[in-house]
Amino acid sequence: MHPAPSIIVFTVASGLGLGLLALLGLGLITPQGFGAFLWFGAAYGLTLAGLAASTYHLGRPERALKAFSQWRSSWLSREAVLVAACLALMTPHAAALVFFTRPLPVLAAVAGVLALQTILATSMIYAQLRTVPRWNHWSTPAVFLIAALAGATMMTGMVPLAQVLLAWLALAMVAHWLLGDRRFAASGVTLGTATGLGALGTPRPFEPPHTGRSYLLTEMVHVVARAHAIKLRVVAMALACVLPSLILLGLPPRWPVISLAMASHLTGMLAARWLFFAEAEHTLSLYYGRPPADAPRPLTPPAR
Amino acid sequence: MTTLPATTARQLGLVIDLDTCVGCHACAIACKGWNTQTQDSPLSDTDPYGADPQGTFLNRVHSYEVTRPMAPPMIVHFPKSCLHCQDAPCVTVCPTGASYKRVEDGIVLVNEKDCIGCGLCAWACPYGARELDAAAGVMKKCTLCVDRIYNETLAQIDREPACVRTCPSGARHFGDLGDPSSAVSLLVQARGGVDLMPEMGTRPVNKYLPPRPRDTLPEAPADLAALCDPTTDGLRGFLGWIDRTLKRF
Repeated sequence: MHPAPSIIVFTVASGLGLGLLALLGLGLITPQGFGAFLWFGAAYGLTLAGLAASTYHLGRPERALKAFSQWRSSWLSREAVLVAACLALMTPHAAALVFFTRPLPVLAAVAGVLALQTILATSMIYAQLRTVPRWNHWSTPAVFLIAALAGATMMTGMVPLAQVLLAWLALAMVAHWLLGDRRFAASGVTLGTATGLGALGTPRPFEPPHTGRSYLLTEMVHVVARAHAIKLRVVAMALACVLPSLILLGLPPRWPVISLAMASHLTGMLAARWLFFAEAEHTLSLYYGRPPADAPRPLTPPAR
Repeated sequence: MTTLPATTARQLGLVIDLDTCVGCHACAIACKGWNTQTQDSPLSDTDPYGADPQGTFLNRVHSYEVTRPMAPPMIVHFPKSCLHCQDAPCVTVCPTGASYKRVEDGIVLVNEKDCIGCGLCAWACPYGARELDAAAGVMKKCTLCVDRIYNETLAQIDREPACVRTCPSGARHFGDLGDPSSAVSLLVQARGGVDLMPEMGTRPVNKYLPPRPRDTLPEAPADLAALCDPTTDGLRGFLGWIDRTLKRF
């Protein structure tokens, strides 16, 4: 799948913002006064910045409000409804903490749960797609939820909890990569079943339907070099999980140290999210003779 | 709501005969020709006369080579458009309700005025049947020429999808696949029509007829390559005379 910068930034930034909102809502941190202003500002800012980035992926962003209507069937619509409800319900709690230094714990808890549900809805947009077998797996929501909470606990200086979540994140990322590598083959879809010609023999592409590129190829037939993908996995793991964990282990949790750990974590998460899209193979790619990266590749003319 | 209807009164769709398709791409062109002028926005092209031409198409024709055991390989032309699935995943993922499946005839359509161009329906389609138009920013897909098949201003013979009407080899058939006694259903039954990617659980309405059985070889061929070596053995007449004459020098 095409690794669109707008969606990569959206999932990483909004994920972290919603993770912060979950911690603030569930009462794991209860800042007051100016501190509350800063923390809620950061959480709202990250969430809204991510949502703003996501509109760059839309062909007609001016109609985005229509996306609130189909929550009964669509995960994308549920995400929109949940994030709006979360931000709206969290506002009185945030205002009460900033201006009156008093929490509104029940309302905040509901908003905190909504924040977690929003992250889940975001991940389910991808995990629901049978057409992308690598995403269609429990490890997708696991990575999205744990990454959001690991980043949020690290940012708020909850070091012991952050360390546990970073370890979980590392495990979830490895599971997503290694189990994901087998998902396409396990789906059973081949060019033979995609064309119905498998009963006759072994089909392979002879002539493509078009000589130039197309939306289908640009959007859904992104091919990433296997060797590059493995190097990027190592970089993503080191920056997102290992380095922040070591920094927090060795240095006191003051703001410069946490900033350093967060910078490393977010860079790693951007790389991991790029891979999340770039490595994901769509069943459509079979029609163009692009099998999963680990399958033998048929002879195809070099790309222009 | 973008939920799917439990049943549809009819299941209009296409039957595509891979045995008779000659790969001329006329269906792709007829489709673009009709639908670029009848939908809310045209099927746009970008850089059509430049170095990197691209465009939106609702129907594209792939060609495959099938290598078979104990038989010569076969070229199969493979037109692909929306299959109007009964369990269409593109419909349920739509956040705005722009994408829907009609109760009366099962056609899957996009209401362009509600489409935000998020592209999720194109991701959800296993077949690559939907394309986001680069100029209009909305999703385009096969409408089964809904503006032809019920169009009383057209002659009866033209009230079928443009691709079917134009196909010069009769490889495309249109009808109600929900009616077991319809001509298309009988054709599917007689020829063993198949679903594409049954693993995806989409229950496509469109069916593909596999190529009819061809000749097979009773045993593996002898050394075919040896027959290709150039030889002058057995040359007679003028060429034989030249060959013999030249050999003397």
